[in-house]
Amino acid sequence: MAPRLDLDAVRGDFPCLNQEVHGHPLIYLDNAATTQKPQAVIDAVARYYERDNANVHRGIHALAERATAHYEEARARVARFLGAAEPAEIVFVRGTTEAINLVASSLGVTFHEGDEVVITEMEHHSNIVPWQLLRDRVGIRLRVLPMDDRGVLQLDRLDELLTDRTRLVSVVHGSNALGTLNPVAEIAAAAHAAGALVLVDGAQAAPHLPLDVRALGADFYCLSGHKVYGPMGIGCLYGRRALLEEMAPYQGGGEMIRRVTFEETTFAPPPARFEAGTPNVAGAVGLAAALDYLDGLGLERVAAHEAELLAYGLAQLDNLDGVRLIGTAPERLAILSLAVDNAHPHDIATILDRDGIAIRAGHHCAHPVMDHFGVPATARASLALYNTRAEIDRLIASIHHVMEVLGR
Amino acid sequence: MNDLRALYEDVILDHNREPRNFQHRPEGANHEAYGFNPLCGDEFKVLLQVEDGVVTDVGFEGVGCAIAVASTSLMTEAIKGKPVEEVEALFQSVHHLLTGEGEEAAPLGKLQVLAGVHEFPMRIKCATLGWHVMKAALEDEGETVCTE
Repeated sequence: MAPRLDLDAVRGDFPCLNQEVHGHPLIYLDNAATTQKPQAVIDAVARYYERDNANVHRGIHALAERATAHYEEARARVARFLGAAEPAEIVFVRGTTEAINLVASSLGVTFHEGDEVVITEMEHHSNIVPWQLLRDRVGIRLRVLPMDDRGVLQLDRLDELLTDRTRLVSVVHGSNALGTLNPVAEIAAAAHAAGALVLVDGAQAAPHLPLDVRALGADFYCLSGHKVYGPMGIGCLYGRRALLEEMAPYQGGGEMIRRVTFEETTFAPPPARFEAGTPNVAGAVGLAAALDYLDGLGLERVAAHEAELLAYGLAQLDNLDGVRLIGTAPERLAILSLAVDNAHPHDIATILDRDGIAIRAGHHCAHPVMDHFGVPATARASLALYNTRAEIDRLIASIHHVMEVLGR
Repeated sequence: MNDLRALYEDVILDHNREPRNFQHRPEGANHEAYGFNPLCGDEFKVLLQVEDGVVTDVGFEGVGCAIAVASTSLMTEAIKGKPVEEVEALFQSVHHLLTGEGEEAAPLGKLQVLAGVHEFPMRIKCATLGWHVMKAALEDEGETVCTE
C-alpha cells in the first residue's frame, strides 16, 4: 500500500486554496464544477507563453517547432493517462461538451431516421441536448435507461433498449448530480454485443480514479481539463483510431485539410481532421502538467483519500436530522448532493458562503435527475484530493448554522 | 453574520414560511404571467384581477428560494387594492432598492426589509423575479420573464 497523501504539502501546491472568504479560511467544495489548479499547472502555462509561444504545425522557426513539440507531447501525455493505443486517438477540444457534440456531429452524419441512441436518466444536459439536436436533424430515436431511487442505473432494463437500430450508447461514467459511478465496462459489453458503439462522458470520473479506456470498452471517452486540475478551455475526445478514420470533419478551416481548391478539399487524417483553426496550445500544455501532477501523487492514493473522506462525510451527515442525501448509490464519487428541510439550496449556499464554504446550489445541468427525485435543486458538496476531514467538520457545522438562521 | 441577518430578516423568513396569497387564484383573474430563472430553477406564476384600474386581487404559485418566495409574497401584499399607477411606482421603488437603478417613486414602507439583498449581488435576481412577473402580467406580455 502506497503511503497516504501528505495533505499539508498537497494543499501548499494550490495557491487559490490559501485565502480567506468573508473572514474565514476558504473551504472549496465545488470541485465537480471546476477544480483549483496546482502551481505546476499555472507555471507550465506561464512558461509556455514566456518562452515558447508560437502557432503550431505551420512555422519553420524555432518557437513554432517548440510549440508544436509541446502540443504533440501533451497529446501523447493524455493518451498515456487514458490508456489509448496511440496519441492520434486524442482530439483536443474545449471540453467534454464539445467532445460529445463532435461525436454527435461527425459520427451522427452516418445515422439515419429510425436509428437509436441510448442515454441514461442521470445524464448531464451536455449528453442529452446534442442527441436531441441530432434527432431533430435526422430523425433518430432517443431512448433512456432509467435509474432507481438510489440513483443506480437499472441495468436489467438495458437489454430491452438495445435493438438492431441502436447505433450508440452514450453514458456518463460518474454522475455530477448524484455521484453515482456507473458500471461502464458492463454497459459497454452489452452495447457491443448488440452492435452499438459506446461513448463515455468522463468529465467527473477522470480526476478521481485510474483510467483505462480500452479495459472499459469505451469507443469514445470525453474529459474536461479544468476538472482534472488543468486549465479551462481544453479537454479531449478519445476515439478509437478506426472510428476516427471513418468520421466526417467537425469544423472546417485551417489545420484540418490536406489540399484545398475552390472545387474540393481533401481532409487531413485524425486527429488534425477534427482540430480546425489554431488550437489551445497553452491549455494542452497545462493539461499535460496537470496529468503529470496527478500521476505524481498517484490516482490510487487520490482515490483512497477521497473514499475515506466520503465515508467520513456520509457518517457525519447520517447523524444530521433534517438532511437528506440525494443519490445513495453504493459505488460513488465523493459528491454529496443534499436536500435540507425547509431550506432552499440557494439559501444554503449563501449562508455557507458567508462561512467561507464554496458549494454549488442548483440543478447541476441535470433537470431529469431533479425531476426524478422531486426536488428543484440540491446543495452539492463535491470533494477533491486536497480536501480534509476538518473541512467536512466545518461543512457540518455550517449546515447547523443554516438551520439556525432559517429556522429561527 | 450581520449582513446574513439583514438578508434573512424576520419578516422575510415569515413570508417564506407562510407566503401570502400563495396558491390563490383570484376568481376574476384577468391578467397573468409566468417567470422562470433557468440557471437557478426559480419559477413563479402571478395572477392579477384588475378592475377599473385597481388591482383588486392577486395570487401566485411556483417554487423558489426564501428570498424569491418572500419577495413575491411581500409584493402581493403590497399591491393588493392599489391603483395600477401606484403599483408601477412601487415596482420602480423596489427595483431601485435592489439594484440601485432608477429612483424611489413611491414610499416602500414594509418592503424596506428587502434592502439586505443589495449586499448579495448573486441573489438580487431572486428578489426581483416575482416583481417582474407581476409587471409582465399587468402589461399582458406573453413572454416568459427571466431576471438572470
